[in-house]
Order: sequence, then structure tokens, then C-alpha cells
Amino acid sequence: MFPLVPNLISDELNLIVALVIGIAFGFILEQAGFSSSRKLAGVFYGYDFTVLRVFFTAGVTAMSGVIILGYLGWLDIDFVYINPTFLQSAILGGVIMGFGFIIGGYCPGTSIAGMAIGKIDAMFFVAGGLIGVFLYAEMYPWFEGISNATALGNIRIFNSIGISQGLFALIMIAVAVGAFIMTTMIEKKVNPEGPAKSFNNTYHRLAGVGVLTVGIALLFLPDYKERLFTKVSNEEFLHSHSVKEMTADELAFRIIDKDPKLTIIDVRSSSEFSTMTLPGSINIEHKQIFQKEFSEVLGQRHKKKVFIANNENEERTAALITQELDYDNVYILCNGLPSFMNTIIRLEPETNECSFASTSNGNVHNQIVKLDAKQAIDTERFRTKASVTIAAMIKEAKNSMTKPTKLIKKVAGGC
Amino acid sequence: MKTTYMNPYLAGFLLGITLLATIVITGRGLGASGAIKSAVVAAVSTISPNHAHESKFYSENLKSLHDNPLKAWLVFEVLGVIIGGFLSGVVSDRLNFVTERGPHITNTMRLGFALIGGLLFGLGAQFARGCTSGAALSGMAVLSTGGIITMMAIFGSGYAVAYFFRKLWM
Repeated sequence: MFPLVPNLISDELNLIVALVIGIAFGFILEQAGFSSSRKLAGVFYGYDFTVLRVFFTAGVTAMSGVIILGYLGWLDIDFVYINPTFLQSAILGGVIMGFGFIIGGYCPGTSIAGMAIGKIDAMFFVAGGLIGVFLYAEMYPWFEGISNATALGNIRIFNSIGISQGLFALIMIAVAVGAFIMTTMIEKKVNPEGPAKSFNNTYHRLAGVGVLTVGIALLFLPDYKERLFTKVSNEEFLHSHSVKEMTADELAFRIIDKDPKLTIIDVRSSSEFSTMTLPGSINIEHKQIFQKEFSEVLGQRHKKKVFIANNENEERTAALITQELDYDNVYILCNGLPSFMNTIIRLEPETNECSFASTSNGNVHNQIVKLDAKQAIDTERFRTKASVTIAAMIKEAKNSMTKPTKLIKKVAGGC
Repeated sequence: MKTTYMNPYLAGFLLGITLLATIVITGRGLGASGAIKSAVVAAVSTISPNHAHESKFYSENLKSLHDNPLKAWLVFEVLGVIIGGFLSGVVSDRLNFVTERGPHITNTMRLGFALIGGLLFGLGAQFARGCTSGAALSGMAVLSTGGIITMMAIFGSGYAVAYFFRKLWM
């Protein structure tokens, strides 16, 4: 799954990538005419709408690509840098930059492209940019407050306004296409000799229809992870796809036995995990199952991976997602962790059968499920012993617990 | 002979693909003002290390750039922009030392306004944590709320004040 940074591309190589991407970026900016301040300023006066055309087409293209790759499961958006939102300074900064755009005729990226082909005004703009940053830095004590106010985190626009990602994308595309049509009409009036004069109408109309079609398709493309979650949470899916179950007794036996072929995966929140968990378990919260760093743990085929959570449904969702991701040898703990604690630690056995027929073929398990008189006594004896041993092991595990949770390694970004 | 500019929609599509490739490969977007910041931090920390050490802005940035502000992703990307822009100028025969201005102002005025505009953009980009490329365009690609708000603020304020600065351009 992409992105390749931070796991597959080293920091050094990433700088080479940056250089190559920059070359493409600069070449396109210059080819589009963004090295010309008069062309750029035209967007505000109606004589040349190149900025709007290039900018919105680029934004819509990249946005659609991100959504499509996210749907296919090729791009993990949790690793992608989402510009954090600081409401007040986002507006203030934008307003100041709007003035800068009108007065200076460039923005930083375009001024660098302009400078590259010898535009002297672009060089002055870049020099101004350096002074602007310097002033901000020197006055930072005054600006710090407003700069960091209303920190809303890495929020995304469709969540902020409460619609689906696909619907927002479609609206964005419709607005862009509408703006293209309107501004072309305006430009032809204001500046009959403007760039719109040479447009090929047939191609442009076809492209417009094509883009709107993509927009409608985006409406039906949820993110890969959300799609999987919805899929496995579906009642029908839950009943038609079985997960092997492990009884409390079998799990207890394997824990005491320090079974090397056992991996307990605690899918509860990390705070619950750090308060209490079973010995030797690792914490992978629901959403983290997709992360690359856990693929090693989940991919150990010879190990029984037992999911534990506060109830069996949560375990089942996690286990089903794991199976959908093509990992096998996956188990869930019958009736969830609270039931395990009651049965084994507090010795208050619960009579609930596992809700789905168990297909586990562990020996211990089979002996315990078919309870005859002798086995009932054996079970009780085992539990009495296990309650002490495991309680001690839980305590010991808690004391020796190092920071086990691996947080999402975010890509650094920002302008 | 000067060749014409690329069709803007085609250029936009190619730029979008470049941005998408950036996100897919590196997990981050494009940018420009970040490199300007790196340059300022590098200059100040070289000229006056004490001042840089005492100022919260410089020390925080030095820390996040691992004490080497020029070895940053955006610095390399912007070096690329210079190379790419130059190559495009060569290909399309547009290399020339000129000052572009509206018909009713002098070159000196134009350069003065370019400097002021750059200053405002540099300042604003610090507040908004990005400029037209880093906040607005890249923010739109990943549907960041802040990025899209910044984009609307840039163009909104540009249109709001355009009338008062029309003499600069028309």
C-alpha cells in the first residue's frame, strides 16, 4: 500500500524524489504560463482565467486520484499528510496572501518559476517573500497566539460539513466545471483576444462531460477501509462468514503453557490495553489492522492469532477484516474478554455457549467442550489453578509493560 | 519565435498528476513557501546563531529541520522547480531578463509592488502554514478543511481588493 515514504523510501532518496518532482512541477508551471505575472493577475480582472483553469483542474485531478486509489486500497490516507486546520490563521493568512497576489502578481511557487526564466519582477517577489518570513519570525511572539488559536487538527472538509467524501468531490467537480464555463464566457467578452479564443470547443465539452462522469462515479467510492468495515459489519456477512473460536479454557491453558504458537491481539483502545490485558498480548486497535508494521505479526501463518475485545462482535469484526486482508489462522475469544475474566479469574463460569459453532481443532478445547462428569471435575480443577496463575501473570505483564503501541508514523509535510 | 503556452486544462491535468504522484510516493503534497522559510532560517542561524537560539520561531524550526534547514524536502523540490522552469523556458524560447508590468506603471513601481506583494505572501503563508501550492492546492487534493478555507480566503480577498489595484495591471 502506498505511500512509499516513510517505510520504503529513505530520507536521502526522498530528497532526490523531491528534486525530480520539483522539475516536473516547475516545467508545468512555466508551460502553463505561470511565469508571467500579468497572466496570473488576469484571473482577478477577467482578461485571462488561466490560473483558475490550471489550479482547479489540478486540484480536481489530484483529489479524484486520491479518492480512487483510496477506494482500491492502494493509498492509505492515514499515512498521508493532511494540512492541519487552524481556523483563524487559515483565514487571516489567506486574506493577507490575497493582497499579496494582487499587489505582487505572483504566488511563491509561480514566482520561482518566473525567476527561473529571468523575470526580474519575480526575483523581487521572491526577495519580498524572504523579508516577509523574516518579519514573521522576528514578530513571532506577537503572532504566536493567533497563529495557534482554534487548532482543529488534521480535519477533512467533508467531515467538517457532514457529508460523504464522494458527495463533496462531486460538488467540487461540478463547481469547477461551472466556473470553467462561466469564466470562459466572461473572458471572451472582456478580452476577445484572450486564451479562450483558441480553445477547441468539441474537446473541451467532451472533457467536461468526462470529468462530471468521474465525479458521479466518485459518489460511489468510499475509502477502502470504510468499505471493509461496512462489509464485515453487515449482519448477513457476519453470519455467513465463520471465524474460528477459542474457548476461555483453551486460551487459559495456552497462556499458562506459554504456547509459542499463540499470539493474542488486543483490539481494544490503547488506554484499556494499558490498564489491563492478558499476558503476552499486543495492542492493535481496530483501525490499525491495516498498518504495514503489523503485517509481520498478522502474517505469521503458523501462529494462532486470537483476537480479544470487550465483546465477541468487536472481536469478530477485527478477525473478519484480518481474514479479508488474506491473513489466516485467525481466532476469536469465545464471548469476549469480560467473560474470560469471569470464567477463569473470578471462577464464575458463564453458561453461554459460543454463539457460533466452534471449528477449532485444538485438543484441549475438544476435551472441554464435551463435558462429562469426569471432565467437569477436571475443568474445575484446571480453572482453580489457572485463576491464580493467570492473575499473577496479568499483574506481572502489567508491571513489565513497556510502551507497546506503535503510533501511526505520519509523514511530515507542510509548506 | 515565441511558442504559445500549453492548454490550461492540459497543464492543470498534468500538474494534478504530478501532485497525485507526490502524494502516492511521498505521502505529502507540493509546496513552495516552506523553502523560503528554510532559506530564512538557514540565513539567520548562520549570521547570528545566538539570535536564532534565543528566538522561539527559529529554534523550533531548526529542531523540526534537524538543525540543517537546507536539507529539507521543499528546498530540494524548489531547486527542481528552478531547473524545470528553466528547461521549459529553453524549450519554449522564453528566457529573457524582463520586468513584466501593466501598461500604466513604471518598471520601478512594478518592482516595488512585487517586493511588497512577496512580503505579504511570505507573511501570510506563515499564518496559513502554506501558500497557494502547499495549503490551497495540496490541501484541496487531500480535502483538508484548513487548506480549502485558505484557498477561499486567498481568492476571496484577491477579488475583493482587485478593483483598488486595477491600475497596476490594466
